[in-house]
Amino acid sequence: MTHQTQWTTSIYPLLERTGPFANTGFEPEALHTCKILVIGAGGLGCELLKNLALSGFKDIHVIDMDTIDISNLNRQFLFRQSDVGKSKAEVAANFIMKRIVGCKVTPYFGKIQDKDTEYYSQFTLIICGLDSVEARRWINATVVGMFDPEDPSTLKPIIDGGTEGLKGQSRIILPSFTACYECSLEMQTKPKTFPICTIANTPRLPEHCIEFASVLEWPKHFPDTKIDGDDPTHIKWLLNTALERAKEFNIAGVTYSLTQGVVKNIIPAIASTNAIVAASCANEAFKIVTNCSIYLNNYMMYTGDDSIYTLTFPLEKKENCSVCGSAKVNLDISKEKTLLELIDILKELPEFQLKKPSLRSLKTSLYMQAPPFLEEKTRVNLDKPLMELITNGEELTITDINLPISLQLTVTFV
Amino acid sequence: MSLKKKQGGAASSGNSKKQSAAEIRLQKDVADLSGLPKTMVMDFPDPNDFFNFFLRVTPDEGFYRGGTFKFSFKINTNYPHDPPKVLCTQKIYHPNIDLEGNVCLNILREDWKPVLNINSVLVGLQYLFLEPNADDPLNKDAAEVLRKQRNVFESNVNKSMRGGTINGVVFENVFAN
Repeated sequence: MTHQTQWTTSIYPLLERTGPFANTGFEPEALHTCKILVIGAGGLGCELLKNLALSGFKDIHVIDMDTIDISNLNRQFLFRQSDVGKSKAEVAANFIMKRIVGCKVTPYFGKIQDKDTEYYSQFTLIICGLDSVEARRWINATVVGMFDPEDPSTLKPIIDGGTEGLKGQSRIILPSFTACYECSLEMQTKPKTFPICTIANTPRLPEHCIEFASVLEWPKHFPDTKIDGDDPTHIKWLLNTALERAKEFNIAGVTYSLTQGVVKNIIPAIASTNAIVAASCANEAFKIVTNCSIYLNNYMMYTGDDSIYTLTFPLEKKENCSVCGSAKVNLDISKEKTLLELIDILKELPEFQLKKPSLRSLKTSLYMQAPPFLEEKTRVNLDKPLMELITNGEELTITDINLPISLQLTVTFV
Repeated sequence: MSLKKKQGGAASSGNSKKQSAAEIRLQKDVADLSGLPKTMVMDFPDPNDFFNFFLRVTPDEGFYRGGTFKFSFKINTNYPHDPPKVLCTQKIYHPNIDLEGNVCLNILREDWKPVLNINSVLVGLQYLFLEPNADDPLNKDAAEVLRKQRNVFESNVNKSMRGGTINGVVFENVFAN
């Protein structure tokens, strides 16, 4: 049996006919026609790509900016020692295509920020196996911002997986229908930090000595250089400084790997936690695309570090979320009108009840009501005609005491 | 003038760039600072850049009454996940601020949460001037003096604020600003 018939025969009994328990709108062919994007080809990404390809997805794209490091090989099983230094996305794509005939994987070796909304629009859904808050915030804001309520095809579900040692989560973000990533920013586990006075005066742990080196001593010696956790000369300097400190206070346990771990805030990755979370994400992708069963609503947490516990719950949208909490309005206005006249028009809008709106364009403070310094600096703009301040079609951000977060106003000149 | 709900692609394209979540949140934080006390003045070297600014604190009571202390705020694009970085830009004799300008304020580090905002930090700084705390010292010598000889601490603060020298450290005159 070829690889192709192997997987098609195992998936078709599930998909070829409808049944009494099938979800309404069951769409088995969608599996073979949809295009999906996997962001990250690391610990979660390898698992995701394998699961998706073996589930019958045929058109998969994958983005990763990283190259393969020797320390990845214990869990990122699409890579071999001879691949060290090569692009994760490219090696992973080739491995999957070689192993699973008929599955096309298109790699992109670069940053998610290199791509625009047109690129992200081509996918049915996006699955993230990322390791940074910053990257997640960016892709979330981009995909949520693409949604236009009048065009259902702009709704791109995001499935987000994440792990941290023996803990993890999978969640589904349906822009404007469910909570988005930004709504839950406060749920993030915080990087471990210590009070600065403890670091400065009463160190008790090896971590205190390392933070003494990185937080207090580094800026004194290298005021213009940011610490690079991957630069061995930086880590060695910090290690030596931390060791001196540890000696002074009789503290044991400062090592090179602990120094790098503290500086980069490394939490050890556990392969099986990645497998559990990626399996959940891949199943949700399968369910969303084929509509064969009800999908996750909308957050599954998995805790494996204190016995084992999972909980699924609908995470609620945050009213003042700076990504999905903004109102959006289009305004047609003469380009001869002044900024002050625009502000007066905004104040008249009955649904917003604005009292003291502050306005910014993409890079410019047009008018700020506070603090007094900015009010004085921007006051001169009030009497200028709009055409001197903004371009046609520009999006302005308006904040006001009566808005939970902001109003995004697109101005069209007439 | 007409108003309609936004339609994707209706407006001219080419302006698809949007403000980031951090920028929107920061605009909200800054614009809501309408009730700043007289003791605090904000200064933006570039009025279009909310990621870098200064704060001048001129306490009207407590040990530091009448002096003006300047703090720099640096905020990164991962705000409000990451806290603002705040430094005191001149030497100050204070138990919770070291001679490099590092500030020991819990909400700037271990107790920062994204629900906190710029105003929370301003309130925290205000509090440091009214109630210097000898129990969480960053400048150990100053803390020691505050704990044991409150009147000596008071005269040391006065001396430092006039540009005096304490334990070999030369301070800046903060009455001039």
